Amino acid sequence: MIGGLFIYNHKGEVLISRVYRDDIGRNAVDAFRVNVIHARQQVRSPVNNIARTSFFHVKRSNIWLAAVTKQNVNAAMVFEFLYKMCDVMTAYFGKISEENIKNNFVLIYELLDEILDFGYPQNSETGALKTFITQQGIKSQHHTKEEQSQITSQVTGQIGWRREGIKYRRNELFLDVLESVNLLMSPQGQVLSAHVSGRVVMKSYLSGMPECKFGMNDKIIIDKQGKGGTTTTDEAGKSSGKQAIAIDDCTFHQCVRLSKFDTERSISFIPPDGEYELMRYRTTKDIILPFRVIPLVREVGRTKLEVKVVIKSNFKPSLLAQKIEVRIPTPLNTSGVQVICMKGKAKYKASENAIVWKIKRMAGMKESQISAEIELLPTNDKKKWARPPISMNFEVPFAPSGLKVRYLKVFEPKLNYSDHDVIKWVRYIGRSGIYETRC
Amino acid sequence: MPAVSKGDGMRGLAVFISDIRNCKSKEAEIKRINKELANIRSKFKGDKALDGYSKKKYVCKLLFIFLLGHDIDFGHMEAVNLLSSNKYTEKQIGYLFISVLVNSNSELIRLINNAIKNDLSSRNPTFMCLALHCIANVGSREMAEAFAGEIPRILVAGDTMDSVKQSAALCLLRLYKTCPDLVLMGEWTSRVVHLLNDQHMGVVTAAISLITCLSQKNPDEFKTCVSLAVSRLSRIVSSASTDLQDYTYYFVPAPWLSCKLLRLLQCYPPPEDGAVKGRLVECLETILNKAQEPPKSKKVQHSNAKNAILFEAIALIIHYDSEPNLLVRACNQLGQFLQHRETNLRYLALESMCTLASSEFSHEAVKTHIETVINALKTERDVSVRQRAADLLYAMCDRSNAKQIVAEMLSYLETADYSIREEMVLKVAILAEKYAVDYSWYVDTILNLIRIAGDYVSEEVWYRVIQIVINRDDVQGYAAKTVFEALQAPACHENMVKVGGYILGEFGNLIAGDPRSSPLVQFNLLHSKFHLCSVPTRALLLSAYIKFINLFPETKSTIQEVLRCDSQIRNSDVELQQRAVEYLKLSSIASTDVLATVLEEMPPFPERESSILAKLKKKKGPGAVSVELEDGKREGGELNGGGERGDTPAMSASNASTPSPSADLLGLRPAPAVGSAPPSVGSLLVDVFSEGPAAASAGVNDDGFLSSAPPPAASEEPAPPLPEAEDLLNKFVCKNNGVLFENQLLQIGIKSEYRQNLGRMYLFYGNKTSVQFVSFSTAVSCPGELPTQLNLQTKTVEPLIEGGAQVQQVVNIECLTDFIDAPLLNIKFRYGGALQNITLKLPVTINKFFQPTEMVSQEFFQRWKQLSQPQQEAQKIFKSGHGIDTEVVKAKLLGLGTALLENVDPNPENFVCAGVIQTKGQQVGCLLRLEPNAQAQPGEQMYRLTLRSSKDTVSKRICDLLSEQF
Repeated sequence: MIGGLFIYNHKGEVLISRVYRDDIGRNAVDAFRVNVIHARQQVRSPVNNIARTSFFHVKRSNIWLAAVTKQNVNAAMVFEFLYKMCDVMTAYFGKISEENIKNNFVLIYELLDEILDFGYPQNSETGALKTFITQQGIKSQHHTKEEQSQITSQVTGQIGWRREGIKYRRNELFLDVLESVNLLMSPQGQVLSAHVSGRVVMKSYLSGMPECKFGMNDKIIIDKQGKGGTTTTDEAGKSSGKQAIAIDDCTFHQCVRLSKFDTERSISFIPPDGEYELMRYRTTKDIILPFRVIPLVREVGRTKLEVKVVIKSNFKPSLLAQKIEVRIPTPLNTSGVQVICMKGKAKYKASENAIVWKIKRMAGMKESQISAEIELLPTNDKKKWARPPISMNFEVPFAPSGLKVRYLKVFEPKLNYSDHDVIKWVRYIGRSGIYETRC
Repeated sequence: MPAVSKGDGMRGLAVFISDIRNCKSKEAEIKRINKELANIRSKFKGDKALDGYSKKKYVCKLLFIFLLGHDIDFGHMEAVNLLSSNKYTEKQIGYLFISVLVNSNSELIRLINNAIKNDLSSRNPTFMCLALHCIANVGSREMAEAFAGEIPRILVAGDTMDSVKQSAALCLLRLYKTCPDLVLMGEWTSRVVHLLNDQHMGVVTAAISLITCLSQKNPDEFKTCVSLAVSRLSRIVSSASTDLQDYTYYFVPAPWLSCKLLRLLQCYPPPEDGAVKGRLVECLETILNKAQEPPKSKKVQHSNAKNAILFEAIALIIHYDSEPNLLVRACNQLGQFLQHRETNLRYLALESMCTLASSEFSHEAVKTHIETVINALKTERDVSVRQRAADLLYAMCDRSNAKQIVAEMLSYLETADYSIREEMVLKVAILAEKYAVDYSWYVDTILNLIRIAGDYVSEEVWYRVIQIVINRDDVQGYAAKTVFEALQAPACHENMVKVGGYILGEFGNLIAGDPRSSPLVQFNLLHSKFHLCSVPTRALLLSAYIKFINLFPETKSTIQEVLRCDSQIRNSDVELQQRAVEYLKLSSIASTDVLATVLEEMPPFPERESSILAKLKKKKGPGAVSVELEDGKREGGELNGGGERGDTPAMSASNASTPSPSADLLGLRPAPAVGSAPPSVGSLLVDVFSEGPAAASAGVNDDGFLSSAPPPAASEEPAPPLPEAEDLLNKFVCKNNGVLFENQLLQIGIKSEYRQNLGRMYLFYGNKTSVQFVSFSTAVSCPGELPTQLNLQTKTVEPLIEGGAQVQQVVNIECLTDFIDAPLLNIKFRYGGALQNITLKLPVTINKFFQPTEMVSQEFFQRWKQLSQPQQEAQKIFKSGHGIDTEVVKAKLLGLGTALLENVDPNPENFVCAGVIQTKGQQVGCLLRLEPNAQAQPGEQMYRLTLRSSKDTVSKRICDLLSEQF
């Protein structure tokens, strides 16, 4: 189990130190600083074993979070906890930065007391935590003594993520499908690897203890229904099969009934109140690649390089992609760059050794082009330029995996509102992950 | 001038550095650096020329970035340009960049060397110094090549400034250390030595480092420096502390120079010139006197400087080892330091005393401090000082104080640090042995040692005690008694059990008279420890038991019972099981007479250097323990053989046989034919042979016969001969039997005999697998014109070889006339469906048909002269492959088939042989002379082989064949 949790700033100074078990001494704090933060070589492994003590760390901007243990623990569990901890902190005070941590010093200790007991993770559900840990800006939304007294029974009960007796005048549901698409493409346009990792994030403001059922165009579910329903025609089966997607793996929020998912492949749950992540998934097949990058690099003698890059948008013309950014790496001995682009703005950023081309908006089925002349300084080093890949960032209003929400049904038998009375909002956002094309 | 005022600032650099210092993260730092690098690149790229100031600034920035750990691959040219600037700061930065970043890049090196040359000849002392510093800092071979000739000239030139001379001396030293072959002093030698007389103390200090280094390589050339150094030293020593002004350090005149002078003198023996020697002795006395004076300052620097000189002086006194008076005074001085407050001083005093103790003049004086040293061993807080104290005790030990010192060391051992325990144990063991007056004391000491620090007692120590007990009749009884008593302790160390088992096994009878230690009691005592011991100890105990059966027949039944029980006779350890089985059988089958012979008491061991000493030497490294070795330094006193011998008394009769030359005949390494015994059987044998033929089956491949490559690709055509076939042929030139071929499937053995022009060869095909070979067929063919020269007849073999079976084939050979090629043997068979096809060369060579001829010297040389036509002679000069060993050469020449003629050649080193080659058609007389140059260095030993015969082809062929053999 986790023996302790330390938070450091970029200099390696300890901001938060919480030790849960006796086997972790004060010297563990220094060991991590000396061997990881100030290590001569950059330490890339997230798990480090120093003097029979394991350190698991994640880095958020300039802040290091390190969980320490002497025991043989499940590393995945520890990292899940660290990420949850980050989520909780963000939910409480926004961005994780040195200043914010220093300002919310007491709050963090209080949170740490609550979410870990003797090193065992407890409740890390922000919604539940906010009902009883109320510091500074976070005012309890439910002040009554009666509700406060219910906390114990709620967090120890079967449905620890939702308390009873919630009432809303307007029952509303927000559903976001957030995806990030990752790609590595060869210069000739061959896809070397591609996958989409997506999340379904929900915000629910529903009264009572509603039972929800979520449906999407997952291949297995649709096939199952196709088989189960005797009346479905071949056509229906075909059309649904066309749009169904193959999900490689997925994980659910703790509220989803896994047994039901295993037997019926249906996602049914009693949602927590407020914002939460319902599921995470990954797909690798039939991905819609929103952009195609066509690079052309020509070396003109020892001191000159000509680069031409064309990008093509590959989605419905009615949709608009946003925040497009193309990053073209330049050789390390670049001494001058001239850029011409048809659209957007392009600039050579010396500090990053790259030409950055930004386009605010771009409709589907369009193309745009940039050409650059790079002057090089002759060096006495025989090393050839490694030609790192051209990378891209963007945001598109659809799910590149092809995922579609088919339905989201809400049942609340005890209160008198039905599925139709709930206002539901669905939004798709596709973002770029590591979207690279070799040149 | 605006440039100068700007030059002082370099604001851009300061801003850049402060930017980097303020970066919050590594990433931010890299970004800032990338930006700066791009900026510098664009500046360097720019077509307009940069002024010196900005060049300097950017080169500085690059240097800073490099020192932060980033790669810099440009800017070298700009730095080289800075070298030719006239401004000091610009030149300095240029040199700095070059010395930090230069790599042996050909084009730039030339430019740099040019710039350095210009500066060296510039007569501007600062520029010269900068150039010299750069040469020394780079210190590469290229630099040495370019400037090794130039620098000595600068060093000794009359008009060179002192500061430049200093730099030049140190630069030369650096170059000498990198490439001593390029720095040739020759003509400069005497002038360099005379730098010791230079007015400027700095120059002297720099020069003396150079001279010390040079004189270590060629002491004779620099001999003259001794008298100069002595006079210099005496001038310094006798000067008042105010005389040398700048070179007085906390009231000590020129301490560094003094130390260096004393160290230089340590490279040479005492001066022969009486006057010089007198002056030196006077100096040393003055130094010793000064140590007694009250300190002029309380500062630690003062005493440090003073003591540094003192210790160097004492080192010199010890080095000379000829002035009893000085040695005793040095010893007394060190004695004072032994009780000094400073830990470092105590350490140094102990260390110096260690060397003093070895001098005959001061040994007694050192001994007077024994109490202090023992006290230091007990109370010192620092482990390294305790270690030195132990060393000193060891060094000062002699017959008179051995008992006291050994007792003290033993008592210290109980609390000693783990890091030095093993060494202490070895030292105690050596001292106890070396100064043992009566051996009962020795036995007591060693047993105590095992009791106190059993874990640190190495094998050698207990081997040694057993050797000594066996070799001395007078202690055997006492040893048995003491061991018996020691074993009665409830918990005793395994080493104790080993010693106990061995000694009781040998000499248990000496104490059997006492009812308290009757045979059965002894046995039960030993056996009570049995189960707590490791396998080797148990094996030893089993041997002790069988010895018991011999010593005390009344214990026979009890011991047989023990051997018979399942935990012995079915022990999972092969060694133990085998011993149990064999000893049980031996005890039940053999008569008492046989038993008594087999299990006789071990014979005394040959006296040799104590192996413990060798071990200590190894542990401390060469030279560290030079003190105690007054007896002959015979290396290789490994006792293991002795110990193992005792370990298996039953096998003592079949002790290791030295390989005879005939064994060597079969190839120079453990011969495959001999090693046919499977290693698993020989576990007992392995004990005896330890590095015998255990690995012989692997040895076949090791021999370079054949790599164990899978059989060549199968085809119906006879496969081409294996590439190794030629080597294989050479293997069999001088021998007739052996393993011809081996792979995972098949082994082919060969046995052949020749008479006159006829020969018969037996080929043994062994199936190494458990599966049968199908359609096995062999064919012998003669390539080229061989059919006219050689007549071969074979019988066909059975087409089936069962797994593990062996079939034999006979080849009859008739030699028609002399021949060169070898017949080919093709083997085909199917193994698991796959066709195997192997072609080998049959080892039939012309020399097989030799008939030895004896003749006397006169006759030989007569015939030798008869065969004097040029084509009749074949000669080869070649390098010896394995070193020249007369016995091996003789054996090989005999194996060739010729007669080895003794006392024929006037030079006894040469080998002379004669023989007649018998073919059907004719007889070819053949004379051979082999001249080794055995005196040459190993590795350069050569042979000259001359052959004369009545037929030119024969001479040539035999010459070729034989030259491959050595």
